[in-house]
Amino acid sequence: MAYSAKLLDYFENPRCVGEIENPDAVAQVSNPVCGDVMKLSLKIDDGKITDAKFKAQGCSAAIATSSYATEMIIGMNLKQAREVTKEHIADALGGLPGSKMHCSVLASDAIREALKGFA
Amino acid sequence: MQRIYLDSNATTPMRPEVVAAMMPVFTEDYGNPSSIHWFGQQAKALLDNARQQVARLIHAETSEIVFLSGGTEADNLAIRGIAESQKARGRHIITSRIEHHAVMHTCKDLEKQGYEVSWIGVSSDGLVDPEDVRRAIRPDTILITIMHANNEIGTIQPLEEIGKIAEAADIYFHSDGVQSTGKIPVDVKKLNVDLYSISSHKIHGPKGVGALFIKKGTIAKPQITGGGHERNRRSGTENVPGIVGFGVAAKMAREGLESEMNRVRELRDRLESGLKDRIVRIHINAENAPRLPNTSNIMVDFAEGEGLVISLDLKGVAVSTGSACSSGSLEPSHVLTAIGKTPDEAHGSLRFSLNSTNTAEEIDYVLEVLPQIVDRLRELSPYYKRA
Repeated sequence: MAYSAKLLDYFENPRCVGEIENPDAVAQVSNPVCGDVMKLSLKIDDGKITDAKFKAQGCSAAIATSSYATEMIIGMNLKQAREVTKEHIADALGGLPGSKMHCSVLASDAIREALKGFA
Repeated sequence: MQRIYLDSNATTPMRPEVVAAMMPVFTEDYGNPSSIHWFGQQAKALLDNARQQVARLIHAETSEIVFLSGGTEADNLAIRGIAESQKARGRHIITSRIEHHAVMHTCKDLEKQGYEVSWIGVSSDGLVDPEDVRRAIRPDTILITIMHANNEIGTIQPLEEIGKIAEAADIYFHSDGVQSTGKIPVDVKKLNVDLYSISSHKIHGPKGVGALFIKKGTIAKPQITGGGHERNRRSGTENVPGIVGFGVAAKMAREGLESEMNRVRELRDRLESGLKDRIVRIHINAENAPRLPNTSNIMVDFAEGEGLVISLDLKGVAVSTGSACSSGSLEPSHVLTAIGKTPDEAHGSLRFSLNSTNTAEEIDYVLEVLPQIVDRLRELSPYYKRA
């Protein structure tokens, strides 16, 4: 499996790892087929994501895409964050093999799940 | 970066002696063994010699060895060959749930063609119970195919007992011996097998070569027809350089079997005890079953196999996993599922498979880097709570 150097970097040195204390929004999503899981916690202020952290258990692509997406949404307004798709994330990391696309779904699903109760 | 290869159940490096024996066959002794002139007869002599070397490794007669393209073709010829030659007698086949894909998918294909297949389960240690095989026998059973040693977890099946059951019931018995040959002693007569598949590149020979042992008197319908090579059992000009290499690899495997495998077992045990000392919540699959000396299959809680494999690869260490995330199908290994592991458990599996060129220093390097990798991945896991 040929992963890009950028993806491997996010896998080996993931950014935004952890859980935010007293978060404004959280979500945990998992892939029932392969068992990968991602937990996302957010700090939201005045309609903007001011901080985000994640935890994930899964393959290298799942961890890298979770980290990348978490980093990417900091500073976004909620509309922008909801519009993040798995393709955005995968493309930014140099693309993923077809069978691996399900992994990055975790991050975009987690974002939408976390923002459910927000206008 | 130092590169360490611990994936020898996938393939092995060729021994220098194997390469040296092959080279002149490409450029000097390049005849076609079917030709009656000098060049042809030179090649024929090389082929005969290699056939003897391979036959000796598994205690077969030379006339019982058919050279072909590898383990997968050997399994196909054995299973389809018997299914077709015996179909007037019946269309029922018995196999296990932990076979290599070459056997599993061939049997599944035969199911589509109207054959019936009984898939025998295994114990949590990955062992077939011969009594289950006996119970599955029907009047229309024509073939039993049970692998000798498993490629993922290394368990060694009780072939002698199954062979006796097959013989008493007058049913052909095939075994995929791709992983066992060269790692444990193999005597096809003692094992009571009628057909036995072996592969060259798993025993330090070249890729693209293998053999099927077909016991004298057994008819497996040829799957490749043509000029009637290999005594009408497999047509196509023999891959003479590859077969010569296979012969040398077989000779060296036989001569070094005991001493090399004792050393490999020590390295494997050093790895397993070292990992158990350094990492909490790991499990060794089939730990107490009869097992290949070179294979170790472990499961790591709160870490995923593909991530472990990639992390080790970034440190120069090559291993494999049965995790769903490493397969195109996103299904976990059918072997780990068959021994009762949940997809979550199989998620964290790692397979180490050693060969005689590995060293204690290499094992110690793995013992140094893997605990750090596991720690790192566990720290990322939302499920993991540090004790």
